[in-house]
Amino acid sequence: MPDLAIQTIELGKTYRSHGGEARAAVNGLSLEVRTGELFALLGPNGAGKSTTVGILTTRVKPTSGTAKIAGTDVAADPVAVKQRIGVVTQHNTLDRQLTVMENLEFRGRYAGMSTRQARKRADELLEVFSLTDRAGALVQTLSGGLAQRVLIARAIAHRPDVLFLDEPTSGLDPQTRVNLWDILRSMRTEGQTILLTTHYLEEAENLCDRMGVIDHGKLLTTGTLAELKEQVGDETVLTFTFSGATEELAGKAQHAEAVTTAEHEGQVLRLHTKEPERVLEWTLQTAAELRLPLQDVQILRPSLESVFLSLTGREYRE
Amino acid sequence: MTTVAIPAEAAVRPRGGKAHAFFALLARDLRVARRDLVSFSIRSIMQPALFVFVFAYVLPRLGSHGGASPFGATPPGVPSFSTILVPGLVATSIMVQGLLAVTAPLMMELSYTREIEDRVLAPLPAWGLGIEKITAGAVQALLAGLLVFPFVLLIHAKGQAPVLDFSRWPLLVGVLLLASVFTSAFAMLLGMVIDPRKLSTIFAIIIVPMTMLGCVYYPWAQLSSIRWLQYIVLANPLVYISEALRSALTPEIPHIHVWILLLVICGGIALTVTIASRAFVRRVVD
Repeated sequence: MPDLAIQTIELGKTYRSHGGEARAAVNGLSLEVRTGELFALLGPNGAGKSTTVGILTTRVKPTSGTAKIAGTDVAADPVAVKQRIGVVTQHNTLDRQLTVMENLEFRGRYAGMSTRQARKRADELLEVFSLTDRAGALVQTLSGGLAQRVLIARAIAHRPDVLFLDEPTSGLDPQTRVNLWDILRSMRTEGQTILLTTHYLEEAENLCDRMGVIDHGKLLTTGTLAELKEQVGDETVLTFTFSGATEELAGKAQHAEAVTTAEHEGQVLRLHTKEPERVLEWTLQTAAELRLPLQDVQILRPSLESVFLSLTGREYRE
Repeated sequence: MTTVAIPAEAAVRPRGGKAHAFFALLARDLRVARRDLVSFSIRSIMQPALFVFVFAYVLPRLGSHGGASPFGATPPGVPSFSTILVPGLVATSIMVQGLLAVTAPLMMELSYTREIEDRVLAPLPAWGLGIEKITAGAVQALLAGLLVFPFVLLIHAKGQAPVLDFSRWPLLVGVLLLASVFTSAFAMLLGMVIDPRKLSTIFAIIIVPMTMLGCVYYPWAQLSSIRWLQYIVLANPLVYISEALRSALTPEIPHIHVWILLLVICGGIALTVTIASRAFVRRVVD
């Protein structure tokens, strides 16, 4: 298998509304994921994560650029790509007419296994995913967590080169989510290339080798967690909410020592700094001089969340 | 959970062709259908069997005993009502069961459950999946037609036996196959255009007129006394299936010319398969 499991070059997808208005869901996105990596694509809602995964998994046709899975062009040869990928989509797409066992078996058969091979593989997966006692259950009877486990087991039934997981843990309880992380970690140890999109920053922090931050259909940055933190300069973000306008205070803050950048909007003032204690003190003092009562303050230490905030200018919404 | 071992034989990854994927998908649909076989059979047989029971057994018996009935003993030289009914009821079964077997499940998979996203990931072009769905539906439609055959053949009063000619069996086999494919493709097309929430209403609106005006209970030629109706019913696909089966089973009874029927059915298949599979691709690939 080639060194790059996923490669996109200037990938774009533009939708046209009925009024003829164009909206770019993915806009010149270039991404590389190496073989054997567990890569997370992070972004706010509507950033273009699912559309990107849709293109990579042949369910969405790109309107510009190219996307390749293990060297095979997604638009030119979708059938070959389907053979190489496993997909866990956002909704539960388990085959409701079939049992758990049959879901696994038929995924293998679709991909070219003989019935015997596919059943053997399904038995293996049932064992590994602790689903053996549910083998004969119809999938409607499964809890959300169990269904998710079956979805993941099914996605790797035909041993794909790349596994895609679109928001795999959204809507799961915390315990189930941690269980899934264990599954993903061990698959990663086995050398499975995985791309996941997620709503949970901690998920990316805990699981992934590298991650990419995406917004407005563009990839803003990629790197390891350490690299990303470095990129935004190891800064703490202080977010103050006052009971009045912060314009004047922001003006002063821009010239204050230790403040790297100051942004304000209405009653909210956001300061980036490497010396949070000093800036906090200065701000409280200056606000008192300006007779501006403080309502709330949030201190965000260098973390993926502060990286995310400084890149997208938005709070991470779950 | 300790490890998600990908065993050593992982190196030998399956590399099935498109045909393999097609037949695996077909096997899936047929396994699901087989599980439903008992209720499918009852659904298919019930209505036509009762129909022949009442019209080819009960009413003729009442008539021959001087009761108020549209049917008395059939005068010699005139075909019995059951002779008219056999091709019509087999055609109806193919059409109705084909619609029920294909349209509703397809709509569920496409919209409500979005399960189709899983099937679309089978290594097959999206249009291939559409053709597979049509094939699976055709198998079920054909089965419904075959299940009904012995019942409509055997249930009748004395002297009311249908007079059928099986000597043109290759034509019969061909018509049954074509009718099943036509029905299935038509059902898929309906599944694409109907709003899922209105399914039961649409079925009620479509199925009843289709069967009542589908030349099921009377041959098309006899409608010549009601000219306007004779032309209107030509818009009904069931007319061509009923008449084609009539041309195969009861060639003595006046029917539309067999070549015209085959031409319309084949043209209908080409048209519905093309439109339905295109619409299908548009629905599953964004």
